[in-house]
Amino acid sequence: MNRALILGAALSGAAILAALVSLAWTPYDIAAIDVARAFSAPSAAHWLGTDHLGRDVVSLLLAGARTSIAVALVAVGIGIGIGAPLGLLAAARGGLIDEIIMRANDMVFAFPALLLAILLTAVLGPSGVNAMIAIGVFNVPVFARVARGGALALWRREYVLAARAAGKGGFRISVEHVLPNLADQLIVQATIQFSLGVIAEAGLSYVGLGVQPPDASWGRMLSESQTFVFLAPWLALAPGLAIFATVLGLNLMGDGLRDALDPKQRADR
Amino acid sequence: MSALEISNLSLAIGGAPILNGVSFAAEPGKITALVGESGSGKSLTLLSAMQLLPPGARLSGSVKLAGEEIAGAGETRLNALRGAAMGMVFQEPMSALNPVRTIGAQIAETVLLHRQVSRAEAQTQARAALDRVGLSAIGLERYPHELSGGQRQRVAIAIATVLAPALVLADEPTTALDVITQAGVLALFRDLADAGGAVVLVTHDLSIVANYADRVAIMGGGAIVDEAEGAGALRRLTHPYAKALLAAATPKPASAPARELGAEVLRVENAVVVHAREGGGAVRALDGVSMAVRAGESVGVVGESGSGKSTLARVALGLQRLTSGAVKLDGRDWASARGAALKAMRLRAQIVFQDPYGSFNPRRRVGWLVAEPLHLMEPTLSEEARRARVSRVLEDVGLSPTDAARYPHQFSGGQRQRIAIARALVTEPALVVLDEAVSALDVSIRAQILDLLAELRGRLGLSYLFITHDLAVVRAIADRVIVLQAGKIVEEGAARTMFDAPSHPYTAALAAASPRLDLASES
Amino acid sequence: MIRYLAGRALALMLTLVAASLVVFAIIDIAPGDPAAYMMGLNADPAAVAALRTELGLDGSLAQRYVDWAGGLLRGDLGVSYTYRVPVSELVAERAALSIPLAAIALVLSSSLALGAALLAVSKRGRPTETTVMALSQAGVATPNFWIALLLVLVFSTTLGWFSAGGFPGWDAGPVALFRSLALPALALALPQAAVLTRVMRSALLDTLNEDYMRTARAKGLSQWAALTRHALPNAMIPVLTILGLQFSFLLAGAVIIENVFYLPGLGRLVFQAIVQRDLIVVRSVVMLLVFAAVAIAFLVDLLYAAADPRLRRPA
Repeated sequence: MNRALILGAALSGAAILAALVSLAWTPYDIAAIDVARAFSAPSAAHWLGTDHLGRDVVSLLLAGARTSIAVALVAVGIGIGIGAPLGLLAAARGGLIDEIIMRANDMVFAFPALLLAILLTAVLGPSGVNAMIAIGVFNVPVFARVARGGALALWRREYVLAARAAGKGGFRISVEHVLPNLADQLIVQATIQFSLGVIAEAGLSYVGLGVQPPDASWGRMLSESQTFVFLAPWLALAPGLAIFATVLGLNLMGDGLRDALDPKQRADR
Repeated sequence: MSALEISNLSLAIGGAPILNGVSFAAEPGKITALVGESGSGKSLTLLSAMQLLPPGARLSGSVKLAGEEIAGAGETRLNALRGAAMGMVFQEPMSALNPVRTIGAQIAETVLLHRQVSRAEAQTQARAALDRVGLSAIGLERYPHELSGGQRQRVAIAIATVLAPALVLADEPTTALDVITQAGVLALFRDLADAGGAVVLVTHDLSIVANYADRVAIMGGGAIVDEAEGAGALRRLTHPYAKALLAAATPKPASAPARELGAEVLRVENAVVVHAREGGGAVRALDGVSMAVRAGESVGVVGESGSGKSTLARVALGLQRLTSGAVKLDGRDWASARGAALKAMRLRAQIVFQDPYGSFNPRRRVGWLVAEPLHLMEPTLSEEARRARVSRVLEDVGLSPTDAARYPHQFSGGQRQRIAIARALVTEPALVVLDEAVSALDVSIRAQILDLLAELRGRLGLSYLFITHDLAVVRAIADRVIVLQAGKIVEEGAARTMFDAPSHPYTAALAAASPRLDLASES
Repeated sequence: MIRYLAGRALALMLTLVAASLVVFAIIDIAPGDPAAYMMGLNADPAAVAALRTELGLDGSLAQRYVDWAGGLLRGDLGVSYTYRVPVSELVAERAALSIPLAAIALVLSSSLALGAALLAVSKRGRPTETTVMALSQAGVATPNFWIALLLVLVFSTTLGWFSAGGFPGWDAGPVALFRSLALPALALALPQAAVLTRVMRSALLDTLNEDYMRTARAKGLSQWAALTRHALPNAMIPVLTILGLQFSFLLAGAVIIENVFYLPGLGRLVFQAIVQRDLIVVRSVVMLLVFAAVAIAFLVDLLYAAADPRLRRPA
């Protein structure tokens, strides 16, 4: 186990833990507005103080973790669930199907991602679910490309030719031989897309198009704190650090996984 | 004074000992062959001479280049010596050259690094170097991807020798090349030695040593175990390991008991396979090939790369569609078979590949891998019956039934090839196609596998279609041999005798270019 | 090579057409009645009907698409509903800021990344590499709007060296320009540089393992010379695609940065248009950005062909 993997797992684990805990309990109710208590500095009662509406920052952070993790996770699910089979199909069939899938990929890549996510959520209505869809749509071509690239390399391997000699068809070969050997790359890519999803969700919430109040989001906390940055600068630090730590953790985990799973690093030959 | 003198060289990489007190010398005007099996440390010995070791390497001992001690020398001195006083040629010509620079620039770079000359002068010297390696028809402005493997290797030699270094090191320079190309490249090394250079040639191929080397040093277990010099040097080796290597490398003719050959198992009729080429045009991988294999017969197919031999293998197995012609297994045409009939045909023809490392899915256990072709059987076998078959074929190839629970990476290259053979046998086929099945194996392992194949053929009544580029292997395993050139059959005949008295000029060229161990050691 | 480029050009044009259909679908169909959407829930029905006629929404979908696409090809991007000026004028004005800003950020991030990657690779296994990679990890994990916020907090609010926003115009003189563009460019460039460092380092490491590096050392080239003369040119080829993608991202992704710094750029234009429901502006500008991305992709293909002789002259 390398250090990156451990540190990364610890950081992202903390975020996931926070998200899970917030499902059941937060120190204070995040919907409770208490203007009298606005802008209080960190204290024993409120470890990180309160925001402009008197809401406890720690509770907001926990609830924000829930939003970030949920949105990014579902977006990755959409990406892998649709993208990976498309990539496998393109590699297995080749020809026209491959061309169509690749062109569709190119098209999605040509769109400025953030802008279109903003557009989609604006048109469909700002909400957590629409944020998941908007971000998920951009994950699909990423996974399709990774799956296709890896699958193409694997199809050339001799053991796939042996399976064909044994009479197996494309679907069976994709599932029995290609997919298991592709799993590593997909997992690593999934952690990358997960972390990008967290940043994207924060960006969407920053401009007001993600989850709506009373649900909390780190991005919206940042944008709200911007107006009061002279009054209470610590309000800008907490959510920013939360995003930073979570994304860092996910990236480190992705790197650690990639190194751990890399066959060249394994002492097998 | 020796051009290169290595004394008591010991090398450990990351703590693991690789070389253990290696001592030998290379003299000017001679080709010194350094022979060993994979893992013996012969490549690392050369890299130690160049001081180009991987990180984590700890070297001790002495390396003297023309009397100057260079072990532990500073990088500046070493950079000055590399390319000018010593040159090196590596094994893989396809990737040894920078793909985005012209070959002229890459050769001239060596000159400009070590001599104070103008660009134009460097280009002239590069041109001369290319001419010396036999590439006078190739322009300096060409890029590596426009050249064949043999041509790229010649360019690599030009880079290494443009400044006429006193020492040239070559690490398996011809392993990746065709037999005829190999002969041309080895002749270049002969020229270099005759002109006064010292050449150290690392190889595992004893027939090359017998025909080209002046001195031979055998490496085993990280040290030099034996040395000999002069004509017939190989026969004068006394160390048991050296003698074992020589015995394993000497080809034994195929045991050919008077066997009743049965009906035709495979018949190829006028097969034509045309591939479209990128950038327009078409290439005829097979151009009207007709041949047959009878039950119990072993037919060898010999050719260089591009001859169509791999296409023939795929065609025989029904894995490649024909542009025209027919391929029949047991009288049934592959092209018209469907469904259950197709499955039944697949059971009768199986394949063993060249690469013992790439032919298995690393995530599956041996038992699963060997049993894979059994899914073709109708009705499907019970779990028990499947396991029984797997155990039986594993024993047939000299492994144990308990090996079914292990993973491929836990076995050596030779053992993996046995597993591959077991996989080919599990459906009780009539025909086994072997595509360069022993080419990637060490000499002693190769002999064992060939013996195994001969024994299996006799016992199980198998037919073989044996694809190879190595004439010695064909002599050892085949009854009949077919020579392919550019998709056409140019000659057929008895494996043991055809190459001694070839009719077709191409066959004669192949025979002449193939270094023969048995003839050379009789000199 | 001509065949290759022609093939790519065709593919990219198909991409544009497909993209325009998607944009049309999202903007003209998804909100239901675009006119009602633009005017809001409480709009007077007569006004909505008038707008519908003005926008040509009475025609069939196919007719509307053709009109719009035809207009785009002619350079007619429509008239902004909010500002009542031709969209093309608005775009030209805003692009005059966004494009140079994106270019500055790209140059900044690429140079930083190249330097960092070369440093990390040449000092493999030593503390310098660890530091560089740790910094790039941190950079990747930081959303650019947070960096922007922090930069404003430190350099503008506390130190007062830079303005906190606004753009004085290109003729305001270099010092004023620097003061207003430095922070936004930095906020855009730093996270990109982190991403690029990792990509470039990975590409360099891959080339280091290639056999021709061994040949280069055997010629007598020093480690550094081999790295810069042989590894770098080969490593840059896969990096080209990423650079192309980065530029399009910088152009559009600057949305948030332009908001933070009150810069009148393209991103801000589109964002405000979305908020103001000015679909005409949104439609045309998004298509423009897609076109820019596609054009850049084609440019990258051209550069590929120039850089890689295997594409220029197939074997």
